[in-house]
Amino acid sequence: MSPLLDHLPEFWQGLIVTLQLTAASFAGAAVMGLVIAAMRVSPVPVLRGIGTAYVETLQNLPLLVLLVLAVFGLPEIGLQAGLQATATIVIALYEGAYIAEALRSGVNAVSSGQGEAARALGLNFSQSLRHVVLPQALRTVIQPIGNIFIALTMNTSLAAAVGVVELTAAANRVNLLEAQPIPIFVGAGLAYALIAACAGFVTGRLERRLAVVR
Amino acid sequence: MYGNTLTYAGIIHYGPLYLRFRKKMAMIRVQGLNKWFGDHHVLRDIDLHVAQGEVVVVIGPSGSGKSTLCRCLNRLESAGSGEILIDGVPAPVEGRDLARLRADVGMVFQSFNLFQHKTVLDNIMLAPMKVRGASRAEAEKTARDLLARVGIAEQAGKMPAQLSGGQQQRAAIARALAMRPKVMLFDEPTSALDPEMVGEVLDVMVQLAADGMTMVVVTHEMGFARRAADRVVFMDDGQIVETAEPNAFFESPTTDRARNFLAKVLTH
Ligand SMILES: Nc1ncnc2c1ncn2[C@@H]1O[C@H](COP(=O)(O)OP(=O)(O)OP(=O)(O)O)[C@@H](O)[C@H]1O
Ligand SMILES: [Mg+2]
Repeated sequence: MSPLLDHLPEFWQGLIVTLQLTAASFAGAAVMGLVIAAMRVSPVPVLRGIGTAYVETLQNLPLLVLLVLAVFGLPEIGLQAGLQATATIVIALYEGAYIAEALRSGVNAVSSGQGEAARALGLNFSQSLRHVVLPQALRTVIQPIGNIFIALTMNTSLAAAVGVVELTAAANRVNLLEAQPIPIFVGAGLAYALIAACAGFVTGRLERRLAVVR
Repeated sequence: MYGNTLTYAGIIHYGPLYLRFRKKMAMIRVQGLNKWFGDHHVLRDIDLHVAQGEVVVVIGPSGSGKSTLCRCLNRLESAGSGEILIDGVPAPVEGRDLARLRADVGMVFQSFNLFQHKTVLDNIMLAPMKVRGASRAEAEKTARDLLARVGIAEQAGKMPAQLSGGQQQRAAIARALAMRPKVMLFDEPTSALDPEMVGEVLDVMVQLAADGMTMVVVTHEMGFARRAADRVVFMDDGQIVETAEPNAFFESPTTDRARNFLAKVLTH
């Protein structure tokens, strides 16, 4: 355990960056997912088309390719942002596609009569989505979105490849000094597992709290 | 177009005079309505005028287009061709005006469609607050009054799933009434109910009719048609085949199609 204890500050710093990446990109992905899902179920064909194109594109490219493209491509077109900020945005856009799909399946699981009743009462599309359909859809997608959160946490380690010193990169650096990969990466792995366990706990609680009587 | 000022209660008791006014004061005016689903011609040249305060029962075999007609009336389905006027105003195509039109036309569905994640009270309060801009207090007062009127005041705080079918349908009627609609559409409101609950829902509808609501009711409940309807409209294959007073229709339908249909329904 000594390589871990000797380098606690580096690990700690890496963990903080991982948590920042995770929290900020998940928040961005949630917003993006909501917008794209709303577009995909909207009555306007153009919006539906854009939403579909977005999801199809981002789900069919590897995240690492997107990260590399953004980090090296954006400065070429004059957009300069910090590495961590760039990584956060790319991960948010990428995971947003998955959240959009989860939300859309949740919306489809809500019976069409619910949206019809809302429209028959005079609510417009966004009101019926917001007050009637989405609240019911969210309850059915807590588990899938929890899983996306966990996948997103693991995916933040790809930011190491473009120079962000998060937990995996920190572990790698320590290993270059100490050459003890097993304890070092087991330690980093345990930290990821702990985050995932917390996410699982929270989704479980949420699911029980919001369970609908049907 | 013809303001509500024309209707003072007295006029209704003078049959012939009222009948002469009927055409002019059409609350619902459908002219040459056609509807296609792909190649399937579901509504064929429908003409239907419903006067203010009139109750029209629509009956006909499965697939004859009764639901589609209702859904066209509040534009849940778009019309293929033809004209639909509610209280003199043509149904708008999309957008804000459409939402306003829908708010004026209440709809009650076969499957109730109460919002599953809201209490009965919140179900009724949602649209008046979001669409009409009513305050929470106003909306709650209206909602409680209406729940009392449909006889389920004590269920206000429950979730829909905790209510019986009959109670859910009465809550759904209260929810539609909370918008103070000019017209109420009912699409087979009692077909999903256990027989012992049909009566409680029909009683509410009969009362509503007596209070002067303009109603279009798709139903095979002949008892309701006889008690509350001014007219029965018989549809078959997307067309209005026959229109008559309820007793005349059930006792001596003039078309073969109506006769055959009634023979089937009555023997079952
Ligand atoms: N969304 C739709 N897409 C395609 N066809 C439809 C759609 N809705 C209804 N139809 C068809 O239109 C016809 C009329 O249907 P509608 O539901 O209006 O009949 P109905 O008289 O209400 O019948 P029921 O008594 O079974 O409710 C049917 O042949 C039906 O299959
Ligand atoms: Mg029907």
